[in-house]
Order: sequence, then structure tokens, then C-alpha cells
Amino acid sequence: MSDIILSGKGLIKTYRQRSGKFGFGATIIKALDDVSISVRQGDTLAVVGESGSGKSTLARCLLQLQPLDAGEVLFEGRDLAALSGKELRAVRRDLQMVFQDPFASLNPRMKVGDIVGEGLVIHGLGDVQERRTKVMHMLERVGLAASDMGKYPHEFSGGQRQRIGIARALVLQPKLVVCDEPVSALDVSIQAQILLLLKELQREMGLSYLFISHDLRVIRHVADEVVVMHRGRVVEQGAVEDLYANPREEYTQNLLNSIPGRHRQAA
Amino acid sequence: MACVADLLRVEHLTVAPAANPQRLLVKDVSFALAAGRTTCIVGESGSGKSLTALSVMGLLPPALQRFSGNIIFQGNSITGFSNAQMCDVRGKRIGMIFQEPMTSLNPVLTVGYQIGEPLVAHLGLSGKVLQTRIAELLERVGIPPERAGSYPDELSGGQRQRVMIAMSIACEPAMLIADEPTTALDVTVQAQILALLAELKSRMNMGMLFITHDFGVVADIADDVLVMFRGEIVESGSVTDVLSSPQHPYTRALLDCVPDIEGKKPLKPIDYSWLNEAVV
Repeated sequence: MSDIILSGKGLIKTYRQRSGKFGFGATIIKALDDVSISVRQGDTLAVVGESGSGKSTLARCLLQLQPLDAGEVLFEGRDLAALSGKELRAVRRDLQMVFQDPFASLNPRMKVGDIVGEGLVIHGLGDVQERRTKVMHMLERVGLAASDMGKYPHEFSGGQRQRIGIARALVLQPKLVVCDEPVSALDVSIQAQILLLLKELQREMGLSYLFISHDLRVIRHVADEVVVMHRGRVVEQGAVEDLYANPREEYTQNLLNSIPGRHRQAA
Repeated sequence: MACVADLLRVEHLTVAPAANPQRLLVKDVSFALAAGRTTCIVGESGSGKSLTALSVMGLLPPALQRFSGNIIFQGNSITGFSNAQMCDVRGKRIGMIFQEPMTSLNPVLTVGYQIGEPLVAHLGLSGKVLQTRIAELLERVGIPPERAGSYPDELSGGQRQRVMIAMSIACEPAMLIADEPTTALDVTVQAQILALLAELKSRMNMGMLFITHDFGVVADIADDVLVMFRGEIVESGSVTDVLSSPQHPYTRALLDCVPDIEGKKPLKPIDYSWLNEAVV
């Protein structure tokens, strides 16, 4: 059994939402309601759920991008909430994120080389020449050209932009990458390319992934373990084969039965 | 030659930017759709699938132009129709549903009012008859008729798409064009909406032209499939034939990209350089 690299215990996050006439009332929404998860070193933990299930909130809270109401997040045994701002920034090098929308997550006024290299600058890694070489290697590694450094994001297609986002996350050689719906905005052929790239990089760099998706077909391919979320709670979790073959909870069964094309493939 | 049995017949449709007629976005596309059948157009972004549907409705963006081709709907060529004549076809005889239910609905009008709009415009209904018909339509798409007074932001994504469907079938059209109607929805809601569309199609004997990029959705809803690649139909046939024994290299490559539910099949991205040789 491999080691746990990241774990969350008893995570609670609530939002207040104005409601009623003129917004005078308030409803408490439990985005995370006592959620516990753990990611093993070198594995992919997938979190699946429908919109509003709390899966993106979970990702953001684990990375301390949003404060939790209660609960504890341990990364390599250290409680992230207890770290000072400076210590947390240092840890962030090991915790990177790939976002869903390759159009919104890249600064349109920055050149690709600067986007990918920004993390190196922030963390003070290497001199100008070393950074340049690292960025070039990373771009080539994700299937772009070194000459793309001088271009702007709008010159690239959606799939290429997602490669830029991956290069930006991986140039820091992180230990854990949170992928929040990294392929949902892409065509199915591009989706396959990106999924394979993520898998290759995981093997090469020994990465652990927390992979968030609403697409059960994608999850079947990338995950080692799966957590099913519904209304802020973990409904069911387990190894991917078990969960798909023998879903115990009615909600999971319902989700799996809703996969388009399932009935024809089964026939 | 228009065959009477066909509800819609598209013949040699070609679309290109008016400024650049050499750059064909839809190339010589021909197909037919019969009443009570669902034809799926499947392809990647930029394959021309949405432009084909927009051409049928006469709603091409102004910068694009139909350079050739004939569109025959219910035995009449509608390509020569004036805008006024097309208005009588759109929304009345051909219903339309789009991808994003939030942007397709007017946020400051109640859903009941919006469902009533085509009934007022095309059928001249008013008063009690109109209200009864709106309630019936809401009920038919699975929304409690009391919700007629709700605004779009008070409904969930799935309910909004149901409202869109109610609007599109309000005048009992002979044909429905659905452009990625479930792409923005959760899987369980998607399954409900697909089931609703299939049920309405058979009950009302509509022909449905359904545009999607998802082969899973194709498997669930299509009778016939058209695969488009770079503006051309590269393969067409019944859903069973196309999905179980695809003939064209592009169809095979596209199917290889789709992750399967068992997770046994390795993912294979499309090798475009290989495909270019295979196609030529």
C-alpha cells in the first residue's frame, strides 16, 4: 500500500445565500458536509459529481484557496491551515492546479513563455537562462514547440491552450496536481490526447492527481480510486473497477445508468 | 427530385464565407430526414455540423453565404423563400432548441410568456385558450403548470431546457432541430432530456435533426447518423451500422477517442497526418 500524500478529514464549508423577498432571508448551503478523502502517492483520485455537488469547492479548499469552516488538510503530514503565509507559498510549489477553461485561465496579455515561467520567478528558481531552458523543455514535453514561447494565448487552439496550462503547472515539478475538469471544454479527439498526456506525465514525474470531473467515462480511464459526491457529501468511494462494477448506493447506480450510450454498449 | 416520403431533403449544400468563397465550410452536403426519425449529425468543432443546421433554417451568420444547394422541406424548396416566408416556417413548422438554455431564454420575461410567444405569433391564440395551451405544454415537458409565472433564473438548467423544448414544440412543428441540447447539462438530467425528446418525437411523429459531438448521445437517440469532417459528410448510415462497423477511417478514429465505460479500450487520439493520407 502506497503512502497518503494529501488527505482531508471532516471538511466542512458552508455558504450563506441571500434568499426570500429582496434577499432579506438567508439560506445556509452546505458545500462540504463532513467530507474526508485521501490521495495516495502516485495515484489518481477522481472526484465525480453533478453541478452543485461541492467537487470544485473541495478542490479549492484542499489547496487553501478558500478557507474551510472546519476540518484538517494534511499534505505530506503537515497541516496546511496551520502554516504561515510564507510557508504556505513554499508548499504551493508542490501543489499545482490545471483548470477547466483553457480560454479563461491564461492571461491574454502575457506571452506563453512568461505564463509558463511565472511560477519559476515567484519561487525564485534558477537564473534567467535556466528558467528559459526549463520552460522550453516543458513546452516541448507537453507537445508544443520551444518557439511558441514568444506567442500569445489567442494564437493557440483550445487543446494547445490546455497544454500550456499543463506546462505551467508542471514546470515547478509539483508532487500533486489538482485537475479541475481539464478536458470538459475539449473535443473528444483532443480530450483523448490530453488524457494520455496527463497519464504519461504522471508516470514520468511520479505525480499524484486529484482529478475532478462530471464525466464518468473519462474518470473510468484516469482514476485509480473514485469519490462520488452529492450535495456536499461523499456518497460512495472505492477502487474504480469495484465502484463501476458494483455500485452500492442508489445515487451512484443512477449516475452510472445515465452515462449516454451505456445501454447500447452493454448490449 | 424531391421524394414525398422525406420531410426534409438537403441537396448539395455548400457554405463559405462571402468574402472568401474558396474556403468551403460545408461541402456538397446531401441527406434526407423522414417524419418520426432522428438523424444525428456528429463531428468535432468546426466540422460544419451547426452550419448545416443553420442553413436549413435560413439562419446563417451574415458573413457566410450558401453558394449552392437546395433545401426541400415538406415538398417545397425553401431555399428561395423570402424572410417573411421563412418566418412562417421557423418556430411553426420547424422547432429549434439550442445548447445553452440560460442564454436562449429572456431573463426578464416569465417562462409562461416565452412559451406563449410562438402561439401568439403563429397561431394568434389569446386569453384563456392561450393560458390553457401554455399549461398543457409545461405539463407535457414535465414542469408543473404553476411554474408558468417563474423567471428563467428561478429554474434549474434542466428545467430551462424543458422550457426551451416546450417553446419549440408549441406549434406542433413537423420537424425539430436540436443543436447540442444536452451538452451543458449534468448526466442524469441529460438522460431525462434525451428520454423526453425521444418520447415527444414518437408521440408527435416529428423528424428530428440532432447535432452532437458525443457518440454516447448518438447511441441513445439516433436512428440514422451523419459523420461530418472538415465540412463534408464522410459517412452516413443507420446508427447500428455506423457505431458497430464504421467504414470511414475518420469515423473509426473518432470512435477510438471515446473513452468506454469498462475502461478496457485504450484511448487513441486521432493521428491527423495519417488520416490525411488515408482520406486522400
